[in-house]
Amino acid sequence: MKQDDAHISWVEPPKLGLSGRMYLPLLAQGLTTTARHLFSQKVTTQFPEQRPEIGNPLIYRGVHRLNKDAGGRVKCVACFLCATACPAHCIDIIGTESPWDDREKYPESFTIDELRCIYCGMCEEACPVDAIELTSMFDLTGRSREEMIFDKEKLLSVYDQTKDAEPSRSQRAASEGATT
Amino acid sequence: MLLEALIKIAILIGGLMTAAAYLVLVERWMAAWIQGRIGPNRVGVPLTRIRLFGLGQPIADGLKFILKEEYVPAHVDKWLYYLAPMAILTAALAAFAVIPFGSVLPPDVSFPGGEEPIQLVVAPGIDVGMLYVFALSSMAIYGVTLGGWASNNKYSFLGGLRSSAQLIAYEIPLGLGILGVVLMTGSLRLEEIIGAQAQSGLWFAFSQPLGLLVFSVAACAEAGRLPFDLPEAEQELVGGYHTEYAGMKLMMYLVGEFLHMITAAFLIVILFFGGWHLWGVTGSSNDVNWFQAIARILVLVTKILLVVLLFMLVRWSWPRFRFDQLMALAWKVMLPLGLVHLFTMAVLSEYAERWAGGAAPWVIVGVGWLVAVAACLVAGTLTAVSTGNQAIRE
Repeated sequence: MKQDDAHISWVEPPKLGLSGRMYLPLLAQGLTTTARHLFSQKVTTQFPEQRPEIGNPLIYRGVHRLNKDAGGRVKCVACFLCATACPAHCIDIIGTESPWDDREKYPESFTIDELRCIYCGMCEEACPVDAIELTSMFDLTGRSREEMIFDKEKLLSVYDQTKDAEPSRSQRAASEGATT
Repeated sequence: MLLEALIKIAILIGGLMTAAAYLVLVERWMAAWIQGRIGPNRVGVPLTRIRLFGLGQPIADGLKFILKEEYVPAHVDKWLYYLAPMAILTAALAAFAVIPFGSVLPPDVSFPGGEEPIQLVVAPGIDVGMLYVFALSSMAIYGVTLGGWASNNKYSFLGGLRSSAQLIAYEIPLGLGILGVVLMTGSLRLEEIIGAQAQSGLWFAFSQPLGLLVFSVAACAEAGRLPFDLPEAEQELVGGYHTEYAGMKLMMYLVGEFLHMITAAFLIVILFFGGWHLWGVTGSSNDVNWFQAIARILVLVTKILLVVLLFMLVRWSWPRFRFDQLMALAWKVMLPLGLVHLFTMAVLSEYAERWAGGAAPWVIVGVGWLVAVAACLVAGTLTAVSTGNQAIRE
């Protein structure tokens, strides 16, 4: 870097007053600030014992779930929109002819690689039937990579775990419609 | 005599090492609390759920250091690389030979050699104690510079260079800071300096504020603590002179640095805050009963702990100096302030008694504070330490 380069504009810090130049008053100021913080309220969450508060679980982007409809069937119609929207290519669906009359296709297998997923929530946005949703479960762990590839059964079981705390979008819409 | 000295050495080294380990924990706590966190509070008794507020952390840290791979990079100068951490730790520990860690224990005839009161200092009666401490604290430069050189790494070398320049620059205000105390007591013996303050009840912090300021700033710089931690400024130099060290050798460096801080705290307390003296509790003579002997040790340790806590608080309070500011502070501010202080104290020690008679201590306190405030005002007005970009642009 050339010191006299015309493209460099030097920014000078503001001039200090007498107390600043004496340094000691400023030092005292700094010390009182840190001393105040020393006894201030702490913000640490003691994690395993103390769960962090999740502001709004409905918009939190944690582990996925596959929603079930009223009859306990998987809602997904194997349209592949989520897999297409997924920027990390972590959703793998094998669709086949549905055994039910109200839809043509259903997923024979539906796997999500939770280690590959970037939890962007685009699959949830893409889904036309509110079948895939992100829950507020954030502390998923596993001992192997295979364990972290969630299949259809596991994703449906996540729905069973979280359906009471976090009703799906269509359920919420239904209950809101009932109240108004 | 030999046995007595060995016992004292064992107590002192054991105590210092434990203190250094636990002060690391305290430092981490302080850092966490100041930043709004809780800090290490999980490590307790191994294999149980007992946590003890994290008091097991130093043991875990130590074990980690011991079990770590003792990695020596291929490009280092082997001899100096091994020598440097030993030099720094040896010098830091040896300085404690003359630093009293209490006053005296009363004579107890129930064991051989107990007829005399036991001085709580490893090498009692060394007349040049202060000089010895200074000599050994200067030795720390060798450890730092050798480590920086032997590592054969640019960052380490820069750290070592900065450190040697900084330590040499701040030796002078360090010396000037204590000269006032030495003039007033007429002795370089640390026990006698405490004794003089205990006799008069007037700690030198009250009569020599300027000396305290110059000395504590210089001591902070000598210990390489923030805001003077340029030798190992993480943001610029990776780790400074100990970048290439790992395992036990790194631990020796870190313990050595902590011991420097503890030495600085000891010296500040002994020279300026009366050592083991506390009005109305510890007494002031050399004939002590057991209560006073224990009280003196506790008072000294408490004072040192408070100074160390202040050092830790300072670490998170003030930003680091730039190198030109550091040097300007040493040569253009601290050196003149030290000289003014020395001159004032020389005049006062010569004439205060003659002019004011019995009121001499009050005259010394008054003049001491007046000179301190005036000198700080002048230093602030002349503003020798630049805060702008001028130094970089040139």
